[in-house]
Parts: sequence; structure tokens; C-alpha cells
Amino acid sequence: MAVNSHSAAVPMNQRQTLFDKVWSAHEIVRQESGESLLWVDRHFVHEGSFQGFDQVKARGGRVAEPSLTFGVADHYVPTRNRPAIASPEIARMVEQLDENTRANGVTLFGLNDPRQGIVHVIGPEQGLTLPGLLIVCGDSHTSTHGAFGALAFGIGASEVAHVLMTQTLWQKKPKRMRVIIDGKLPEGIGAKDIALTLIAKIGADGAQGHAIEFAGTAIRALSMEARLTLCNMSIEAGARCAMIAPDATTFAYLKGRPYAPKCEAFEHAVAYWRTLHSDEGASFDREVALDASAIVPVVTWGTSPEHALPIDACVPDPARESDETRAKALSDALDYMGLKPNQKLTDIRVDRIFIGSCTNARIEDLRAAAAVLDGRVSKVPGLVSPGSSAVKRQAEEEGLDRIFRAAGLEWAESGCSMCVGINGDLVASGERCASSTNRNFRGRQGPGARTHIMSPAMVAAAAVSGHLADARPLLAGRKS
Amino acid sequence: MEKFTTLTATACPLGLSGVDTDQILPARYLKVKRAAGLGAYLFHDLRRDESGELRGSFPLNKPQWRDARILVAGRNFGGGSSREAAVYALYDAGVRCVIAPSFGDIFSQNATKNGLLTAVVSESDSEAITEAARALPVTVDLQACRIVCGNQTWAFSIDPARRERLINGWDDIAMTESFRAKIASFRANDAAANPWKYPA
Ligand code: SF4
Repeated sequence: MAVNSHSAAVPMNQRQTLFDKVWSAHEIVRQESGESLLWVDRHFVHEGSFQGFDQVKARGGRVAEPSLTFGVADHYVPTRNRPAIASPEIARMVEQLDENTRANGVTLFGLNDPRQGIVHVIGPEQGLTLPGLLIVCGDSHTSTHGAFGALAFGIGASEVAHVLMTQTLWQKKPKRMRVIIDGKLPEGIGAKDIALTLIAKIGADGAQGHAIEFAGTAIRALSMEARLTLCNMSIEAGARCAMIAPDATTFAYLKGRPYAPKCEAFEHAVAYWRTLHSDEGASFDREVALDASAIVPVVTWGTSPEHALPIDACVPDPARESDETRAKALSDALDYMGLKPNQKLTDIRVDRIFIGSCTNARIEDLRAAAAVLDGRVSKVPGLVSPGSSAVKRQAEEEGLDRIFRAAGLEWAESGCSMCVGINGDLVASGERCASSTNRNFRGRQGPGARTHIMSPAMVAAAAVSGHLADARPLLAGRKS
Repeated sequence: MEKFTTLTATACPLGLSGVDTDQILPARYLKVKRAAGLGAYLFHDLRRDESGELRGSFPLNKPQWRDARILVAGRNFGGGSSREAAVYALYDAGVRCVIAPSFGDIFSQNATKNGLLTAVVSESDSEAITEAARALPVTVDLQACRIVCGNQTWAFSIDPARRERLINGWDDIAMTESFRAKIASFRANDAAANPWKYPA
């Protein structure tokens, strides 16, 4: 754990959490009501941000800080036959972003840019995401960037307009929650399993009103990619944001990235970044602990990420739930998912698979899925959409695309794709999809679609088995 | 923004918990411009079957609740995606207040920016309000943070800053204008102290 050797000297009332430190470094004004006006270091906009741009236009305003604003085409972009966009309505969404960024002198990672990809994948990849920054985007999974020790959270369209026009934001300070995960993760267990285990434990609203800090020896041992997955999923526990104190893993990842500070500026930044950790004895409003060594592969069975269970479990039985409201919620979820109470999770057959999204489509995720798929054939059709065009190129250099193709899966371009389906990559009504994404909400992958979320290795295991399955036996003797 | 002080209206009990923003407004309607109105798409896939017909079983489709301006829901209403258009859909359909035991943080924040009140009550009060609202209109008093139905009264909670904004109908961007000078000096000091934060 990052423990400052000077921390013992910090008086009790001045001991700050990582979150407090980054928050106060951005506070311009604090109102009596408890709200603060915060400075925003990075603002990412995407096709869906048009509602915010429309508000700015209606006020006759313009972007206050174009050099701190970055546009990314991801939500609506096609994943096949680029650059053509079949639907004029969808094409219009991509053009609108082009026009709005161009009119305001904002850099755009557009459809044909080699740096294009999902906003939460390319922010880190380009070195735009740095420790200690305050980062916002009109997308709830902005929490992802907290993996670097940034304070990063999703905002709505009115707030997007506010940031565009002022580069600031009014916010009330959330409470602080620490999630300590100590111990060693077993083989074949990924960050997604940690996240779903946590959400099943505390609930989809368990962290509402809180900023999470992930700490503990298991977190220190995670790669940047895994930390991104974990912080990404924190919104599915209802958290306002999640953070991990930066360390040598963080600095090594950032060094040499296109937008990261260079040479002396980098050293100067690292010196500051090293101060970004919770002081020993800093207090949290809530603490939750997980034992890493006890985490097993987890899949969701229902329509909320809290409907998550170990792969060897059975679908819950509403009859065994004493609370009436909860029993009804369970049976509604079972109905929608087309499942029977007490059915074994491994007996649930899938119709297709999807590997993609800002949660699990980075290079390590693709490697983990490929480790299961190598030399095997998928029993169901499926789509693999890398998290960014750069991830796609790297995967191709490593030959992963050949493994996916040989398994019978489609290797596509990068975008949000089947995570939300608004580019047209949909799961058909009634179809069941094993997916490496973040939300198993009703209709998330298309009206009537049934989504089971899990790690990329578990998606690959479902592909080769034709049903939900444990990836561990399939990984035995393989490098994952 | 329209001010919110008190509202007396029909309150529709949704009888659902965990209504995420994908259910309030399915993603395929996110292309719709605000000016075009989003009320018609509110709860689209809960409200309509696959052929587009209204489902008789969905509470808002019942004649007595068709014009409800208040909704009563279970825990975690508006969790999930940050789409503010979910708030537009509610607002454009005439809804001005949602009562629930808990709300998605971003949803509540978006609601406040648009004059929609998110009133937090306990699980048991939410059930009691649900029962009472079947027969009588409900009054939501934001000054007193109180919900009244017939001869019953319940307290609700809301963040004081959000309450103040709703009561006054404040506009954030206009409010921030008065801090222009402070923002400019913050930026200048920050850029001097932390040049690494500012991409060349
Ligand atoms: S991949 Fe999915 S969750 Fe991530 S930004 Fe895109 S739509 Fe949102």
C-alpha cells in the first residue's frame, strides 16, 4: 500500500483522503449550502453530447476552454464497413459531433482518426487521463478514469453545457467509502469478478452518494487495465466516482503517452502524483472489505448488476424471499430473462456473445478471451469490438484477431457497439447474450434482449461451451 | 427553469424498484432533440408491447393515472446512464416529482437542473404513500419537505442546495457568471503552478 513515510507527522484533523486532496485542489468557491464550484481539467464530449452543445448555442455561448475539451466518436460509430454509415439518422449523430467540435476549435478523435476508440479507453491511452486531474464527460462510466487517481465522474447535458461555457461545475462533496481488497487473486479471476462480487454484496445503489477509494494489496497488484475495469464498474454500485492512488504501475503506464507531460515536466508531475494517497489515519464514512483469495468467477442472471452470483450457483427462487417487494422484483427479473427458479447457472444456454465496451475491451481483456478461445470453436455467433483502434492494431500484431476469427467470431472495428446498441449492433428480442459489458438492464442491448455480464474470459468460456461456464478449467495449462 | 414550491396532483404508484434510465428512456430515443419533446417515449418499452400497443397492465396506462404529475417508485430510481433525456421524457410527459427511497446520483442532479423534484422517503413510507395515493391526490410541499395525502403526512428529504435551486428556479450558468473573476484567477494560478495539467 502507498503509505507516506511522513504521514505519522500529519495532525489528525488534517489527515486527508486521496479524494479530499484532489477535490480541494479544484475548489474555486465553496457556498454555504455545501456546494463547491470546481475547476475541470478535462472534458470529453461524444455524439450524445449534442444536447449540451444545443444548450450552449441557445444561449449564444461557445466553448470556454477548447484546449481542455476533447471530442470522441464512439457511441454511434459503425463497427463494420467503415467509414460508410448505413442509417442517415446515425450518420447525422456523427456529423453533429464533427460540426460542434469544429465550430469551437475542439480536438476530435473522429471516425477516421487512427486514435479513435471508446472515450474511456482512449483518454488513458492518449495520456489525457492523468493522476490528480478532475475529469468529466456526459457519460456515467467516466468513473473509469479514477483508476489513475483522477477525480472523474459522469454528468448530464445541463452540466455538459455548464462545463463547455465555464470549464467549471457545481458539485456537493460526496461521502467517502473505502473498499479494501487484500490477498492474492486466484488464477483466472479478473477485475470484473471483483466488481461483480462487490456489487452483489453492497447492491446496485450500495455506494450511492459516495466516492469510492479502492485500496489493499490486491489492488496494488492489479495492472492499469484491471484498475480501469474496476473503477468503470463502480457506477454500477451507484458510486459517484472511484479512485485508486497512483503508484509505479500508473507512472510506468503514462510515460511516453502522446499527451502525457514530457521529460522534466513528467518528473515534476510524478513528484506531485506521489503525494496523492490517503494519509494514514484519514477517515472514511464507510469501509468495506473483500478477501481477494475468496473471489470466484461471477456472472449475472437478472436485470441489474447486483443480480450476480458465482458460476457454480443456481438462479434464485423468489419463493424463498420473505420480503414481498423483493420477491416480486426477483420474479419480474426471472420472467424477463426467461429463467426458472433454482436453475443451475451453467445450464443457461446462450444465443450469442459480445466482447467489447469501455469495461472489458482493452488489450489484456482480448488476450484473456483469446487464451480460452485459442484452438477452439465458438458454438454461437459473436462479435468482438476492441476498445480502441489502437487496441485493434495491437491485437492484430499479436495475432489475436486470427484466434477470434478461427473460433468463428466476427472481428470488428472499435466503438460502443453492442454495449448499448445505438449504432445498430443489437441483440435480437428474446436472444440471450453473454457479454463483457457493464449493464444487464432490460433492453440495454436491444428491446427484449437478455444480457448476462461477466469477464471476457467467462464470455469466451460461454462461447465455446454454448452455455454459461467456468473459464478456469478451460484455461488449465494455458497462459492467460 | 420553472420554480417548484408545492404541487397537488394525482400520484401514480409504479410498483417497481430499480427503474434505471434505460427503462425511463430507451437508448434508441437519445437521438431526439429536446425541442421535439420526449414525453411520448417515456418508459417506452415498459409501456408498450413489441407491436407498439399500450400494455393495459402498466400503471401509467390506466385511465386514473394517465395524467399523473407525481410518480411513486421503489428504491434506486434513475440509476445507470447519465442521460439527461430521461429527465426530459418525464418532464415532457408532465411529471414534476418522483418519490422513492433512493435515486441514482446523476439522475437526481439532472432532475434538479430541470425543475423535477426527487423526494427521498423511507421504504415503508414509500409503500404507505403508494397505498394512500390509489384513492386521493397527493400534495408535495418543498418548503416544508412534506408529503400530504388525505389526513396522512410524511416527511421527505432532499439535499438543501438542491431544494434551494428548485424553489428559486435558479439557472446555474447565470449563477456562475458572477464568479468569472475568481475562475480566471484560479485558472491563471493553476496553469502557473501545474503546467503539466495543460496540454500544449
Ligand atoms: S462502451 Fe457502453 S458503457 Fe462504455 S461509454 Fe460506450 S455505451 Fe457507455
